[in-house]
Amino acid sequence: MTQDGATLATLRTRELRVDHPVPGGTASAVRGVSLAVGAHQCLGVVGESGSGKTQLFMAVMGLLPGSARATGSALFQGEEILGLPPDRLNRIRGSKLAMVFQDPMTSLAPHLKIGVQLAEVLVHHRGLSWRDAERAASSALDRVRIPDAQRRLKQYPHELSGGMRQRVMIGMSLLCEPALVIADEPTSALDVTVQARILELLRQLRAEMGISIVLISHDLAVVASLADRVAVMYAGRVVESAPAADLLRRALHPYTALLLQCLPDVHRLRTDRMPFLAGQAPGAGDPERGCAFAPRCPRATDRCKHERPALVDVREAAEVACHHPLA
Amino acid sequence: MLRYFLKRLGGAIPTLFIIVTLSFLLIRIAPGGPFDQEKSLPPQILANLQSAYGLDQPLWVQYTRYLRSLLHGDFGPSFRYKDFTVTELIGQGLPVTAEIGAAALILALTLGMLVGILAALRHDRPADYTLMTLAVAGIAVPSFVVLPLLGLLFGIYVHWLPVAGWEPGSMRHLILPIVTLTLPPLAYVARLTRASFLDVLQRPFIRTAFAMGLPMRVVILRHALRPALIPVAGYLAPAVASIMTGSLVVESIAGLPGVGRYLVQGALNRDYTLVLGMVVLYSAILVGMGLLVDLLYAWLDPRIRFER
Amino acid sequence: MTETLWGTARRRLLANRGARISLGIIVALVALTVMGPWLNPNRVETLDWSFVAADPGFVHAHWFGTDRLGRDLYVRTLAGARVSMIVGLVASAVSLSLGLMYGAIAGYVGGRTDDVMMRIVEILGGLPLIFFVIFLTVVFGRNEYLLFVSIGAVGWLTLARIVRGQALSIRRQEYIEAAIASGAGTARIICTHVLPNVIGPVIVYATLTVPQIILLESFLSFLGLGIQEPRASLGTLIAEGAGEMEAAPWILLAPGAFLTLLLVCLNIFGDRLRDAFDAGTRR
Repeated sequence: MTQDGATLATLRTRELRVDHPVPGGTASAVRGVSLAVGAHQCLGVVGESGSGKTQLFMAVMGLLPGSARATGSALFQGEEILGLPPDRLNRIRGSKLAMVFQDPMTSLAPHLKIGVQLAEVLVHHRGLSWRDAERAASSALDRVRIPDAQRRLKQYPHELSGGMRQRVMIGMSLLCEPALVIADEPTSALDVTVQARILELLRQLRAEMGISIVLISHDLAVVASLADRVAVMYAGRVVESAPAADLLRRALHPYTALLLQCLPDVHRLRTDRMPFLAGQAPGAGDPERGCAFAPRCPRATDRCKHERPALVDVREAAEVACHHPLA
Repeated sequence: MLRYFLKRLGGAIPTLFIIVTLSFLLIRIAPGGPFDQEKSLPPQILANLQSAYGLDQPLWVQYTRYLRSLLHGDFGPSFRYKDFTVTELIGQGLPVTAEIGAAALILALTLGMLVGILAALRHDRPADYTLMTLAVAGIAVPSFVVLPLLGLLFGIYVHWLPVAGWEPGSMRHLILPIVTLTLPPLAYVARLTRASFLDVLQRPFIRTAFAMGLPMRVVILRHALRPALIPVAGYLAPAVASIMTGSLVVESIAGLPGVGRYLVQGALNRDYTLVLGMVVLYSAILVGMGLLVDLLYAWLDPRIRFER
Repeated sequence: MTETLWGTARRRLLANRGARISLGIIVALVALTVMGPWLNPNRVETLDWSFVAADPGFVHAHWFGTDRLGRDLYVRTLAGARVSMIVGLVASAVSLSLGLMYGAIAGYVGGRTDDVMMRIVEILGGLPLIFFVIFLTVVFGRNEYLLFVSIGAVGWLTLARIVRGQALSIRRQEYIEAAIASGAGTARIICTHVLPNVIGPVIVYATLTVPQIILLESFLSFLGLGIQEPRASLGTLIAEGAGEMEAAPWILLAPGAFLTLLLVCLNIFGDRLRDAFDAGTRR
């Protein structure tokens, strides 16, 4: 792995697969992913829907539905957490390892006050009394810059705006000072202006608390603003992984290059047609033959159609899975 | 919250009003009168009777008289039981019916929810299938088959419980009737709870709770239970209706002196005021239940309290 | 190869063991009702004084035994079953047609009309309609045609709601706009476009309505407010049997078992049918 190998990675997955049984066989949402997030690092994971980016981290958190099987390895702070029994897992998740989900509208319990939902995490993980927990919840709201915290604690989720709810979710994830926060499309359900503020908040929190972040998104622009390192996923595999600055300047994989072209660029006036990717990514149930991106790739050759490219180290700290990488 | 309640109340009163009016009109318009079944009476006596019961007045007058007496809780005299007013009859019978009805409702709700949650947690396993098949049986088998059967089993073959009859203060006589009344709503509540639980467990906020490392017990009791109970709350009024209907049969078979049996007798004897009074009473109870359920909804889902 | 909605539903349904078994039992019961009486020499009205309240057996050709008046229970049970089933089907047909028309009109016309119509459904739905049927029997006497109509008039609410929902969504479809543009009248559109497309839910709820209505009829007959002597329905037979329970339990058991089996199987089948059609919404 071209990674900072000296210090222990906060999270490291090895050949993680996620399979779902479907009528007629199995569907593989994740087909063997190995990546790592270091301490204080932000890893951006980019891919279209169906690329497996969410399923990957659901497996890490142990949130897959009962019928799904996750194989491989996921080491969190050196400890294997894949397949950990629920009571052991519950000590880690919500405290040292936390996740923030995509849709703040539905991710909070509608019938419980905000204060209760925050406090119960502390009561459970830290053994605080309810009163102390509510006090700590108040500081958590301050930390995510929600004004008038006392009043908010007594309100129900539907009384808050979408952006505020997302802040609450982020605040909830930070309650026990986690080592890693996985943010799954934290801004996709929000307005563009609110998006920017949430991302700014995440940046500040990372600086203040030194947490590692995994930022999952389908939008390369969102990831670009925050990530140190970016991994691009396609059809259940990582196709490229490199330091963010490098990847954005000069992509190696044709898919990444196309994604970059699709980014709206305010500074450059464009007179040509908006580029788009024709076709569709293969689904989890489709069998693999050769490179999954070949049908849509402008550089595809016969070899690409029959031989699946492996993920290999290329430049310094970069790897790509392609027979004909750019540059 | 208050505004929500008042709005609901405002909807309930016209409903009741319409029911009373409709019932009244239907009876008065119907062919034949309450005296038709008896041997044909001499016209003079007939006229006297009619006048005594106020039946010779114009429709409009009868209606207002009826409404006014209703507001005083007076349902009028029984046409059959000449010495009693309907109100007195109801007063005698209601406690009995209320006793078995309330017992059945409480049992059905608590046991039904337990069974439903159990089935949801053992989803798709043998326990789930057996429980749900039993539930279908509970819903489908009619009360007038269940009670005699139970009576046969427990009363005649095994001699544990009395089959019929009633003594004031005796609990044993009420057991079989209560069980019979409990079964259909219990089965329904079990099915509803199971389905609702399974649905709620799929929702994103449950995933959040698990992601926060909360144990299963907390997730079920604090996060899943209240939203899951919303459909069950919606079934409360039909449950009461089911028990009311069942009481007709159960009281008739078991010989219990409750209002259900009076209603049946009244129907067979064409005792107009008695039947009318019962219909109004039952409708009022149901409308009241509906209001109660609306309040319950507001507690289960706080979003409803803020509805304009 | 893609499957049609019907194809998928039928495949799922037939694959389900509960559905197959219950359907089989229903068919068997219906066949028994139709052809059963021919197998037995007794007639419905015959009073056999030599075997009053006799135990069931094969020797005296009274397979289910006899009642207090010496009437053969096998034949009477099947006759009662026939009456119950016919009432069930006819009243269901009345009920379903009412619900269908009401819902289609409410959903398609929409607006104020829809509001009012659905409000009525809401109010009526909150009341135990059995009481109103009883009420009607008090008012109009125990007329058997009235029975059909009043029972049928009672069960249409759920279907009305469902059909209305479907009609509302159909109204927004483009082919309706095309039809309106080409000058078709409202009634015509409802008949040719809306109704055929709501058949699916109608069938499902038909299978669930029929047992409800059979139950309602049996209930009324049991209480003495429905079918009258000398004609028998399962309800009246069960009422007789309940009275004779101690001395001659089979008088209760034969019709009771038949009715129970019929209702349970209809309910199970109806449930499975509904599940099969809901295929898309399940996990």
